[in-house]
Amino acid sequence: MNLFAKLYYPLRKAWKAIGLYLVIAGPGLVVMVADNDAGGITTYAATGAKYGYHLIWFLLLLIPVAYYVQEMTVRLGAITKRGHAEAIFDGFGAFWGWFSLLDLMIVDWLTLVTEFVGMTAALAIFGVPPWITVIAVILLMAVIVLNGRYWTFEKLALLFCALNLVYIPGAFLVHPSVRDVVHQGLIPNLAGGFNGQLFFFLMANIGTTIAPWMLFFQQSAVVDKGMLEKDIPWGRFDTLLGSFITVLVAVFIVIVTGTVLQGIDIDDAAQAAHELMKTDRYVGTFLAIGLFDAGLLGAICISLASSWAFGEIFGWAHSLNTKIRQAPWFYATYFLLLVTAGLVVLIPKAPLVLITLFVQVIAVTLLPAALVFLILLLNDRATMGERRNTLPQNLIGGFIVVSIIILSTLYGFSVLFPNLFR
Amino acid sequence: MSAFSNLLAKIRAINARYHEPRIEMSGAVRLSLLVLRVYLLALVALMIYKFVLIVTQG
Repeated sequence: MNLFAKLYYPLRKAWKAIGLYLVIAGPGLVVMVADNDAGGITTYAATGAKYGYHLIWFLLLLIPVAYYVQEMTVRLGAITKRGHAEAIFDGFGAFWGWFSLLDLMIVDWLTLVTEFVGMTAALAIFGVPPWITVIAVILLMAVIVLNGRYWTFEKLALLFCALNLVYIPGAFLVHPSVRDVVHQGLIPNLAGGFNGQLFFFLMANIGTTIAPWMLFFQQSAVVDKGMLEKDIPWGRFDTLLGSFITVLVAVFIVIVTGTVLQGIDIDDAAQAAHELMKTDRYVGTFLAIGLFDAGLLGAICISLASSWAFGEIFGWAHSLNTKIRQAPWFYATYFLLLVTAGLVVLIPKAPLVLITLFVQVIAVTLLPAALVFLILLLNDRATMGERRNTLPQNLIGGFIVVSIIILSTLYGFSVLFPNLFR
Repeated sequence: MSAFSNLLAKIRAINARYHEPRIEMSGAVRLSLLVLRVYLLALVALMIYKFVLIVTQG
């Protein structure tokens, strides 16, 4: 009885804290899990197939990288009540504003095409024709965003985030050696020595961890959700949890392909699912479901990042808390991007491989600019007041931003000139 | 036609609203923006070079 009395209040307090978190949870978790989009799944599957468990330690290093960058958007959104696009226009003037907005639109649209490529390829494994996939996805996304409540959208998105965890049971089904995972994966090592190909894979993994649309999405989502300055600690926790989950999922994908497909060159995640089907039907099915879910989640967030940005700048109503009649341009932008990207996939002989490569190159022109603006805005005393970056935050954030800029630029170069690092 | 002119008017209004950068233009900010411009120009030049290579080499 005494033990029960002692436990009751701490447990009630913890339960209350969990309840409060579930109310606040959302932008950080959704953006981070959506970061494991179709392109991300392909990169992790290829990494596992190429290097086995040897690069798991490197993926773990990406947790703080993703956290530090995205945490800044939480503070900026909660303090300024402005999305990232509007913050850039306001802070740096029309030239940089238009540059960022148009670049974002191009990158987002091209990335959306790659999400549709992933989704159609995933469902093709189950015999679903691409046109049915495209129509079904557009209808599903309409249901998700047209309910007129941000809260409903977010909770539905969190449901799809939970589906992203399908890779975890998938990894257990292939019976990896825990000893090998720990010995090869957790002790930093460079499999086969440092060479151009390894460098390419390291850069690709960084490139999939931080994408330009993530900055725009999370800041706008923080504003649309109505997060206040007092909610920043919860927003930080949400982002940290999201960073942890996104890397955890990546690690489990690497474990799956590292166990079953080691030595096979993987060009896309659908190919990995096909190969896995040959060895274990259930694991292949899990990978295909995960790929579809990743593409869907990525598509939802990427379309929203663009429509929010356009709404902010053109002064249209741009909230998921509005009905279609109240914010017609916001929803029109959302569906225009979605439908046109879906149609590209249905064009016979569309240059989809070229589009996939082009995404990475164009993203390199936006990511450094968006990151530099982020750091500068976070140092603006007039806007951020006491919430501006401290010296340690600037040192850590600055180091991460400079590293991402250098590595993503080199990654862009390697896409333009494939023999550069090989 | 009127939709197009409305759009142009809207863009002009946006340009006027955000004509002046609001952030304090300290030395560090100016230097960061200058480096960013040089970086982006170099990147665009590289992409044009790659495009010319693709066109000329088939």
